[in-house]
Amino acid sequence: MTVHSTSPQFKQNAAQALNDSQLQKALGNVKQGFIDKRQMAADKLPEFEALRDSARDIKNHTLQHLDLYLESYEAKVKASGGHVHFARDAQEARDIILSICREVDAKTVTKGKSMISEEIGINHHLEENGITPVETDLGEYIIQLRNELPSHIIAPAVHLNATQVEEDFRRVHTHLDAKRDLSEPVQLLTEARAVLRERFLAADVGITGANFLVAETGTSIIVTNEGNGDLTQILPKTHIVLASIEKLVPTLEDVSQLLRVLARSATGQELSVYTTFSTGPRRSQDADGPDNYHVVILDNGRSSMLGTAFEEMLRCIRCGACMNHCPVYHAVGGHAYGWVYPGPMGAVLTPSLIGVDKAGHLPNASTFCGRCESVCPVRIPLPKLMRHWREREFERHLTPATVRSGLQLWGFFAKRPALYRTATRIAMGALALAGRQRGRFSWLPMAKGWTKYRDFPAPQGETFQQRWKRERKGQAA
Amino acid sequence: MSARDDVFANIRRSLGVNGKETIRKQMVADRLERSPRGVIPQRGQVSGEERLALFKTMVEVSLATVTEVASPAEVPQSIALFLRNHNLPATLRMGDDPRLGAMPWSETTLDIAHGPSEGRDLNAVSHAFGAIAESGTLAMVSGHENPSTLNFLPDNHIIVVSAKDIASDYESVWNRVRFAFGKGSMPRTVNWITGPSRSGDIEQTLLLGAHGPRRLHVVVVRE
Repeated sequence: MTVHSTSPQFKQNAAQALNDSQLQKALGNVKQGFIDKRQMAADKLPEFEALRDSARDIKNHTLQHLDLYLESYEAKVKASGGHVHFARDAQEARDIILSICREVDAKTVTKGKSMISEEIGINHHLEENGITPVETDLGEYIIQLRNELPSHIIAPAVHLNATQVEEDFRRVHTHLDAKRDLSEPVQLLTEARAVLRERFLAADVGITGANFLVAETGTSIIVTNEGNGDLTQILPKTHIVLASIEKLVPTLEDVSQLLRVLARSATGQELSVYTTFSTGPRRSQDADGPDNYHVVILDNGRSSMLGTAFEEMLRCIRCGACMNHCPVYHAVGGHAYGWVYPGPMGAVLTPSLIGVDKAGHLPNASTFCGRCESVCPVRIPLPKLMRHWREREFERHLTPATVRSGLQLWGFFAKRPALYRTATRIAMGALALAGRQRGRFSWLPMAKGWTKYRDFPAPQGETFQQRWKRERKGQAA
Repeated sequence: MSARDDVFANIRRSLGVNGKETIRKQMVADRLERSPRGVIPQRGQVSGEERLALFKTMVEVSLATVTEVASPAEVPQSIALFLRNHNLPATLRMGDDPRLGAMPWSETTLDIAHGPSEGRDLNAVSHAFGAIAESGTLAMVSGHENPSTLNFLPDNHIIVVSAKDIASDYESVWNRVRFAFGKGSMPRTVNWITGPSRSGDIEQTLLLGAHGPRRLHVVVVRE
């Protein structure tokens, strides 16, 4: 197990989220911003769809040859003077990072944004061992002050409003004038810049994630807009890259294909502001950069996804487009998902990493509208994979008894069309009769889950099949 | 079994391979050797004045500013003018890039400092290794000539690029990197820079000057 999960309580989390007015206000920003920006960026590039195919194919090819590309990558990192560490699980990754930090007697560690560092819960582990981790991405910094998990994989503080950030800054930055004006977002940014600049310059170790690892050259790549990842990795004496096995790509050409779809899908930018390719530690001709360069490569359940239906999930490049376009995410935000990865990609990945017994609610929290798949830059069939999880959950008898017997009852009728037609005709007729006065029901037997929140509209007396038949006849005549 | 061996064994078990298959190894070696190009957008596939114009447009799309000078000798005056126009102090830090070193800085009143930044500089200038017209991106290579800290710590970053080094696409820049550093090798750091630092982390509002430079100014040298 890695960081604590509240995924099993998804339903309670979602209900809470729906009643949280601050959260609902903040979520409005997701619906407005991301979707239009992505569409505009895609429209401006005629080759965008072809690039998505190319990105998918590169990832598939790499996954099929992952052992060999990993070997090549490892050899190249070593040749450039870096160190590669493999970690089977979160505990091993935490131990490796802690021991590197101890070797250099680290007091503070700056961190670039890394979802894997959330996955392994490294901040907590460092703190427990007397080392202070400092998140430097503005969004991550804010949620660190609040002791929260990110609610979005590229916009970690998207669930917050500026007034909440102001409160946190006033609470924590007590060395600053209490009467200072922080009413504008740019004032918050300027304050964070000044506070974090000192932390950057004082840090002993910098930990970043990696968007990609290049087998051809032993290069790790980070993509940021703020420049925080770069200050994290060039200023301290030691740079630790934390990556998972599926970040591999073969060549610089391949990563250039993926970079063309990443920023467009994420923020609608042509390219993020800083794309940084790092290979090994500082060299004799360098004037700056870290003396030590370590890469920690985490498996944590991923290798077991290879060769299964869920292998496709390992193509994910963490752009966040699926959650930006998800009606369920829009309604409840990221925290309701209860673990590190929210939205559709989280609904597929989380059960793989922490177990479908704990995260079974997540693949059920989908309307199957298909928007996530339609925008995924590497064309992951997210709805299909969520359906796979639902099937597995059913097979493993993890679904509640009422749902199981309901599905079995429905299955009995669905397999007998004549009986199904008769039964639905009787049921619809009866409901139409009973509801003809008000036109809706505020209570129905066995439908409390629906009627608790909204009325059930009374049927008109005809079943869908009857109406279909009638209208088809009408057209033919 | 070590963690490394275990991870490899699990990957191979899942893929149903042993890692010794000749065909797989050949495919991987071949791809690493040939590094095939994928889909290259038509947008950047222009040359001469057209490519320069595209580059300048895309630099502005990235919210940086760009100016052109006829020769390296005009760069110091152009930078001094830029600093003056923005009411910035006449200070400038740079590495020991010979192209920058050969420019007539003494013709200006700029107070020049050399070497990497320690985080207290307002202005710095770097010379780009190359640039990409497709996206208005500058490609920077680390080293004492152009220390990486200059790309991130100063408030105002000025990048000088030769017009002849502006490529159509990323792939062409990789070819030049391979020519300069050898196939399969890389400089310690390559920075692609596309615009000034920014953040959208507060209410998804775009704000410039997060942790890196608040301003990015590009000087294209035509000859």
